[in-house]
Amino acid sequence: MSDKIVSDAEKQRESVELYLKQLGNIIYEQIENREFPWIMMQSRSTDNIIYDPDLRQYVLGDRMIRRHSRNIRHIRPFTQLVWTAWFARELLRLRKTSTLREVYYSARGQRDIEFKNQAESDNIITDLETALNTPREEFNIFPEERSAIFGDLTIEYTVPGYEGKRMNLTEHPDGVMIGPALTSSKFVETSADKVLVIEKGAMFTRLVEEQAHEQFNAILIHTAGQSPRSTRSIIHRLNRDHGLPVYIFTDGDPWGVHIAMVIISGSANAAHLRGLATPEAKWIGVWATDIIKYKLPTENLTDYDVKRLKELTADPRYKEELWQREIATFLKIGKKAELEAFSRYGLTYIVDEYLPAKLEGL
Amino acid sequence: MTEVEYQSISPSDFFYRNREIAGFSNPSRAIYAAVRELVENSLDACEARRVPPNIYLRITEVAASETGSSIYTLRIEDNGTGVPAEHIPHCFGQVFYGSKYTLKQARGTFGLGGTITILYGQITTHKPVRITSSTGGDIHEYEMMIDIEHNRPLILKHTVLDNKKGWRGTAVELQLEGDYSRSRYRLYEYLKQTAMVNPYADITFVDPRGRLYRFKRATEQMPPLPKPVKPHPHGIDVETFRRLVAITKARSMKAFMMEHFQGVGPTTAEKFLRAAKINPKAKPSSLKPEDIVRLVRAAREFNDFIRPDPSCLSPIGVELLETGIRKELNLREDDFLKVVQRKPATYLGFPFIVEAAIAHGKSIAKQSRGGITIYRFANRIPLLFDESSGVVWKVVNRNINWATYKVSSDTPLVVVVHVCSTKIPYKTVGKEYMADQPEVEREITNALRSAARSLRLYIARSIRLAHEKRRLNIFGKYLPKIAEFSAKLSDREEPPDVRPLLAAVSASLPEVEKKISEVPQIVGQDS
Repeated sequence: MSDKIVSDAEKQRESVELYLKQLGNIIYEQIENREFPWIMMQSRSTDNIIYDPDLRQYVLGDRMIRRHSRNIRHIRPFTQLVWTAWFARELLRLRKTSTLREVYYSARGQRDIEFKNQAESDNIITDLETALNTPREEFNIFPEERSAIFGDLTIEYTVPGYEGKRMNLTEHPDGVMIGPALTSSKFVETSADKVLVIEKGAMFTRLVEEQAHEQFNAILIHTAGQSPRSTRSIIHRLNRDHGLPVYIFTDGDPWGVHIAMVIISGSANAAHLRGLATPEAKWIGVWATDIIKYKLPTENLTDYDVKRLKELTADPRYKEELWQREIATFLKIGKKAELEAFSRYGLTYIVDEYLPAKLEGL
Repeated sequence: MTEVEYQSISPSDFFYRNREIAGFSNPSRAIYAAVRELVENSLDACEARRVPPNIYLRITEVAASETGSSIYTLRIEDNGTGVPAEHIPHCFGQVFYGSKYTLKQARGTFGLGGTITILYGQITTHKPVRITSSTGGDIHEYEMMIDIEHNRPLILKHTVLDNKKGWRGTAVELQLEGDYSRSRYRLYEYLKQTAMVNPYADITFVDPRGRLYRFKRATEQMPPLPKPVKPHPHGIDVETFRRLVAITKARSMKAFMMEHFQGVGPTTAEKFLRAAKINPKAKPSSLKPEDIVRLVRAAREFNDFIRPDPSCLSPIGVELLETGIRKELNLREDDFLKVVQRKPATYLGFPFIVEAAIAHGKSIAKQSRGGITIYRFANRIPLLFDESSGVVWKVVNRNINWATYKVSSDTPLVVVVHVCSTKIPYKTVGKEYMADQPEVEREITNALRSAARSLRLYIARSIRLAHEKRRLNIFGKYLPKIAEFSAKLSDREEPPDVRPLLAAVSASLPEVEKKISEVPQIVGQDS
């Protein structure tokens, strides 16, 4: 079993490496044929990002663009793309992982290739993902880790030095950081029957302390704000491969609402990728109607909050009734509430009363 | 009641008391003014003889004076016509004695340039002036002073020398008080700009510290001499008119008008006299003073005279001006220079011609900190003071929208404007800058706009060339990197050859480069 897992991962690695080598081949031969090298990829401009109601996520449209080194404005990003492909292939060959930040720094000292800032290098990496239709995690490039997971889930590592090694995610009470090793691991078994996703670290810690994973038989995931792609990918896998329903618990404000939505329907930024969205996931709070129902301590919505809520109303991902109702309620009461607001009823209220009631009500 | 004593003063006395008017206001200004007067006299003398001027100027320090400024000996030599021996004392020792009282363009117009310098030297040092001159025969050397009260020369010594080598020309040596170190920059600028508009002149200057400045001639060609012409009725004044009436041999006013004014035929003469309500058959001697005033006034308002004859003007000419500017600004072949000469125009009855030039390019960029440097000339004399009060400054900074010509505030430019006229519209007695006479202003504006149109093409091409070069540079930078990493990425030893691709991008460059060195010609817009 574990041999098979490792060799599956190995096969995947080899195929991505081959893609990258193919890209090199194409460009090499174009130059040999006295042609300015170019590649085609789907356009990621806003007018080519379309909401697909069937997939319930954003996808890229049919429009293709040609990155052409004959074009004076394209040649620098084109060169950076080739360099990044080479860098990714080196990572795979050496079985190392890297972060977005590190890619940015690795180009330092590469004259003429250097990125002006991390936004530029992130963008080139996204180009490479689009061109090869492969998420960057498969090139061993990860975001900075900040989210965590806790609960009865046994994983098996595939990273060098840990191949075949297993771990249960209840072993560390702070939760386990969702990094490259965890992202690339195989999920072996779990007794949990649901996933509880929490926006904030303090609430995540409270739930672990209160043994909520046992009480609700859940795997707990902490997103630390807007969830990173690796975290969304793990939520997606737990839902799709292990059939675990997913419940998302965020602050009761437009930003919390959107954190939930990105987990459910994906983001426009990742429209070129599949396997990140979890359309079956449910946002269970804090709703605007909860604020009224539980008489939660609130703050007033700022102008910026109101503007954001109005934008969300028009967003195709928010067309379902629940979202429209909650957004309307937020706007009507002009208030918002954080997860911590439940503390007014005592530290364990949220675990003892609120969450059971919420899960019951679904 | 106090008794007021009236006394007449001689012109020498007048200038002695009002020397600021002629530019001798302080020691640093005086040395500049002295050089300027003498150099211009020399240039005029050479041009009158039609020989390319050789001018040698030397200033040596004699002694420091108590005031901090010094006493200098100033010596200037030229190869001009020379002054006939009998005229030397009056030419150099009497104010308002000279050869410049006809109506043609000349550098000085007061007829006192040389003399005022000598006068200034005398009052500051009490030393005589030494004039050496020959018109081809014997050499006459005078040592003399000016009798200021009586406006006449005082000859101290007169020597006649053999002229074995056949020398012709004039040398003036005098002492004066001045401040060379403070006038050094202006003096240099004056000589440089003089060399710019007199490219056929060879000027050598040895300064008090023994440094040699040499402004070599770039051509032997000289502009044609201006011809003396009769006055134009528009520009006549009452006094000149009265003098003409006094000396005329014409028997009728009709004949008088035709005889003494340019471009007046029988028809125009009759038409004008009728308009002025003067009988064409009347004798000039019968005119009353009020008739003369009426005639002068009517002449100004009468519009049927033909335009003033510009043949009395001596513009530098496009070719000579171009030579001079190239020489003094050290322009290279690929720098931009456009010289424009406007057709003759008139203001208040005086003919004038505007010549203008714009220079731009790497050589200009090297010698300036960016922005527009203005060189102004009036009758081939550099104007160095009060730049921002003059008409050229106004045209450059107000009338012309440089952005139209792709010129930004830091684009290094040289603007040259030369106005030649029988009467330069100076704004002050000091003759340092030209007033904004509407006609003159318009001509300068049009001349510069015309040159600027060519400049715009040049700048547009330069921008394009720079752009092409940058493009090529970018390809040269990135293509090898793409080759390198595509080879590494596909496990090959050697990167592919990018030279054919680089050759393809650079194909268009030589063509653009060729074009840039040609000064764009805009036909049919110069007038």
